[in-house]
Formats: sequence, structure tokens, C-alpha cells
Amino acid sequence: MFEILSDTFVENGLIVSFAVVGITIYLSYMISDKLTNGKIHGSAIAIIMGLVLAYIGGINTGGEQGLADIGIFTGIGLMGGGMLRDFAIVATAFGASLDEIKKAGLPGIISLFAGVIVSFVIGVVIAFAFGYTDAVSLTTIGAGAATYIVGPVTGTALGASSEVIALSIAAGLIKSILTMIGTPFVAKYIGLDNPRSAIVYGGLMGTTSGVAGGLAATDPKLVPYGAMTATFYTGLGCLMAPSVLFLVTRTIF
Amino acid sequence: MVIYGVALLAVCLLAGVLLGELLGTAIGIDANVGGVGIAMLILVLVVDYLKKNNKLNIKSQEGMAFWGAMYIPIVIAMAAKQNVVAAVDGGPLALMAGVSAVIVSWAMVPLLSSIGKDTSTLSDEELGGSDDVRNIK
Repeated sequence: MFEILSDTFVENGLIVSFAVVGITIYLSYMISDKLTNGKIHGSAIAIIMGLVLAYIGGINTGGEQGLADIGIFTGIGLMGGGMLRDFAIVATAFGASLDEIKKAGLPGIISLFAGVIVSFVIGVVIAFAFGYTDAVSLTTIGAGAATYIVGPVTGTALGASSEVIALSIAAGLIKSILTMIGTPFVAKYIGLDNPRSAIVYGGLMGTTSGVAGGLAATDPKLVPYGAMTATFYTGLGCLMAPSVLFLVTRTIF
Repeated sequence: MVIYGVALLAVCLLAGVLLGELLGTAIGIDANVGGVGIAMLILVLVVDYLKKNNKLNIKSQEGMAFWGAMYIPIVIAMAAKQNVVAAVDGGPLALMAGVSAVIVSWAMVPLLSSIGKDTSTLSDEELGGSDDVRNIK
């Protein structure tokens, strides 16, 4: 009996994930409504629940894909993977207005460069405070503070140790998770309520998953604006970190 | 038909990702440079053009609106497949680097948002980004 159930789940992985995510969202909106009086947005709670499930999955399997490493939940990996995410993210642009994008053009571009450089410098400073003094390690951890993709790309390009690369990925993951969870809570303090600031937000934070998740939990209408700049961030980071930023770091240290 | 909207999305995504890959190769890095962002821009331009010429019927729009509305569920699935254990295991260095980068970036949002500011409001017609797929009418 249990085997039949398990087989059915495994064979219909993507369908299982639709059901699991739907139920998670339902429960989250109920918690949002009943326990927080709607003060904490349902999607913010759902994202936190997702992260908790990922932690449980990771602890139980020792894998790298959170809940998706558990046999009957492999469909979560497909649903939350890059392909469908990119497809749905592009679909959100359907609700974006061309005029708003044009208006935020310059601040968007400035925020992209500022975002990469500021995160990088912070990463380098903290790595230095923890005792790293060689330019390669400092650059790699600085790049990780940008995003968890820029970190390993830079580390591999410069020949950093795997320990340092792992640290850079962890720093990027922390950034992404905190952005997902924290955005709805800081939104009103930083004026994150219009397309212009959302475009700036995406450029500054960079982490596509963090920005998109955080904005979705704040106000879904802002997602396309933030996501649009955020998707350029990783490319810019991969371009700048192993080249210009590495040379600057090497000159200083 | 609904599939026209979905196909339009797919073509935009493929075009954007392809351009992103080409851009990455052109500047000599092994990464996709803003492919999804380019795809979004293409979609915005195409939809703008089609709407102005009345070539985009409600059914086609629904095909796009559905995937836009599926975005939050997909983000939640994405959260559930993150390597949270590794992030937690990264120790105080990773924690401090990640947290500081986020806090400083947050603090900079109001500064940069005010560059060349004039009043900006969300347009009334929101389809893809909104929670409600059926608010098309």
C-alpha cells in the first residue's frame, strides 16, 4: 500500500509539487490571516515555510537541493528550478509598463554598479577581519557577498581553495535567504512601493531569487521591475569580480 | 488562443537567453549576461506593440497572465530547494558577509531611488504581476 502511494508520487513529481506548494500557500495565508491579522504577508510566510522544509530536507538527506532531495518531492526541484522560474519571471513582465521602465533607466543602471561594488567591498572587508589576507580569497568571498553564483565563478577563475569557494557560496545564500524573508518587513522603511524603487532594489540587491521572492511577498506588482535589473546583476558581477575588482583588491592587499 | 500567449512568452525567453549567452561569449565570460532581463524587455516591447495594434486578444493574454500568477508558487518551490543547510553551516564569516551586504544595500535604496525622481505610480492595468489571474476584464 505504502509502496503504491510512494510510486504514484514519484511518477507524478511535478504534479505532487503543485499540490504541496498549493497546500503550503493555503496554510500560510491562513496563518497570515488568523495569527498575524494579515500583518505579515501570506507569501512571506510561505517562503519561510519553504526554507524550513528545505532545511529539513537537507538535514535528512545530506543533499544540496533541500526538500527536492527527498524521493517523493523531487518534483519540487523541477518546479523551483531555473527553467520554470525564468519562464514565470518573464511572464511577470507582461504586467510591467514601458513608461515606468524608461523613467527608472538611469537610477537602475547606477544601482547595478553600486550594488555589485558595495556588496563586494563589504565581503572583502569582513573576510579581511576574519583573517584572510590573500587577494584571491578576499576577492572570492567579496564576490560571494554579491551572489552565490558570482562567488564560485570568480573563485574558479582565480583558482581559490574549495573552502573559500564554499564560504563564498554560503555568504551568497545567506544574502538570498535574508532578502527573501526581510524585504516585506523593511519595504515601507526604504520606500519600496513603486516601480522606480523596485528597479533600484533589484539592481542593488542582485540576488534574483531573493529579490523576486522578497518582492513577491511585498507586492507582486513590483516583481517584474525588480527582477529585470536583478537578472543583469549576476552577469555584471561575473564580469567585474574576476577582472577589475580583483585587480583593485590585489593592488591594495 | 491561450497557447499563443504561452508561445509568445517562450519565444521571448529563448531569444533573451540566447542573446544573454552571446553577450557573455562576446565579453569573454562563462555566464549568461542578463538573458532573463533582456527577455523581459523584449516581452514588454512586443506586448506594447501588439496591444497598440489590437493584435492581442483576451485568451492570449490569459496564457501569459497564468504564468505570471504562477510566479509566487514557483518562488516558494524554489525556496524549498535551496541549500539552507550549507548556508547555515557556512559559519560566522558567511553569515556576517551576507547579512552586512543586505543591510547596507537596503540602506542605499532610498538614496538611489531619489536620483532624478518624479512621481511614479503603478498603472491601473496589471495583468501578469498581479495575484489575480482573472482580473483581466
